Amino acid sequence: MTHHLTSPISEEAIRGLKVGDQVLISGVVFTGRDAVHKYLHEGGELPDGVNLEGGIIYHCGPVVLKDENGEWKVVAAGPTTSIREEPYQGGIMKQFGLRGVIGKGGMADKTLAACKDHGAVYLHAIGGAAQVLAECIVRVRDVYMLEEFGSPEAIWELEVHEFPAVVTMDSHGESLHKDVHAMSEEALADRR
Amino acid sequence: MRGLRESLTELIRRTSAEIPDDVQRGILHGLEQEKEGTIAKSALEIIEKNIELARRKSQPLCQDTGSILFYVDCPVGLNQVEFEAEAREAVLAATKLGYLRQNSVDSITGKNDGTNLGPGSPNMHFHQHSTDEINVRLMLKGGGCENVGAQFSLPNTALKANRDLDGCRKVILEAVHQAQGKGCGPGILGVCIGGDRASGYEFSKREFLRKLDDRNPDPKLDELEQDILKTANELGIGPMGFGGKTTLLGVKIGAANRVPASYFVSISYMCWAFRRHGASLAQDGTISDWLY
Repeated sequence: MTHHLTSPISEEAIRGLKVGDQVLISGVVFTGRDAVHKYLHEGGELPDGVNLEGGIIYHCGPVVLKDENGEWKVVAAGPTTSIREEPYQGGIMKQFGLRGVIGKGGMADKTLAACKDHGAVYLHAIGGAAQVLAECIVRVRDVYMLEEFGSPEAIWELEVHEFPAVVTMDSHGESLHKDVHAMSEEALADRR
Repeated sequence: MRGLRESLTELIRRTSAEIPDDVQRGILHGLEQEKEGTIAKSALEIIEKNIELARRKSQPLCQDTGSILFYVDCPVGLNQVEFEAEAREAVLAATKLGYLRQNSVDSITGKNDGTNLGPGSPNMHFHQHSTDEINVRLMLKGGGCENVGAQFSLPNTALKANRDLDGCRKVILEAVHQAQGKGCGPGILGVCIGGDRASGYEFSKREFLRKLDDRNPDPKLDELEQDILKTANELGIGPMGFGGKTTLLGVKIGAANRVPASYFVSISYMCWAFRRHGASLAQDGTISDWLY
């Protein structure tokens, strides 16, 4: 079943989602990847204008160009591998009130526990689908920390419309990644 | 070679935006295998749509335009210094045009100067041969799939892997299991049995220059490739690790001699967004033919 999510998202809406649900996300999302997570984890402050309360962080380093009118234009924007943020994600989720993380490849126990405690979900986008996902980005609202971190690592404030993803970790302690890992391990043991 | 820079820029554009036919056929086959109504099927449908969109818009298939790896087969006497200088200019131009992301970071300072140029970028591999042909191949290999590559030293006690092809089979399947969906599956494996730690990985990547649907001329390696492909697709990892039948699209295995003390198996993982193309160049550097 497909759910529509619009940010900012309530805890109630998040608690209604289960592993395997397909979602279409609309509203504002902020990109953040390796440099941003390390920075926030080490006590860095969010730049003025970035509010993550009820919001979504997108693990993504887009290709962005300036068009002839000086407006930013997203050329390609698929998810990056999320597991690298595992040491930081749970803490950041709670500290800044995130309700969702978009990425790929899934995350592990620490993040899963934070999703359950705080009321958040992990939303798996299709890795490599940079064009389909860029088409869902209506406009670039702003960019932060571009100078410090460079374009792929900066915080891009993006307005999205019906961005497709799958809930692979929910707020009830379930993880598709854990299930597939266990199942494939068993299948492999029979074929070694 | 006045046309060289333009040809290399076009090679970068095509590699970034247009998936090779052999890979697209593999993805379509995977799409037919997955059950209607599953998230695996819907993932492959999005992938298929993405392939068409990237080609039509001439924009990067994936935003991680990856490590830039050139493989040049050239006659003796080709000026490699000049060729590399032109390749660097082509990379710079392709970055400005958005075919490549600003993707190259100074490992010590953390600075990204936005040029994609620096030590190791682009990465040039020249190979001289005795004919007049100039063939240049390009691979753009993203970081997500590069991170799930693995190198094993045999024997491996935990996996009960000895120094033989059965031992190789065990560690290769282990690498597939460890990768799960993190390398943007369905993936393609490039494997080298033997070599040293550096040449093993280097040779494993060269296997990606083979066409996806070719067969290994060595019957033993062919058998191993087919076995691993079939077995991996029975593990249920599926596209993106969502569960499903399509875990791998292909397996390519080569071998290099080793010293008696070492027995490495080096495994490179390529994502479904398998970006590699190649062109034959005329003497003036213009493209005379496409290789894939």
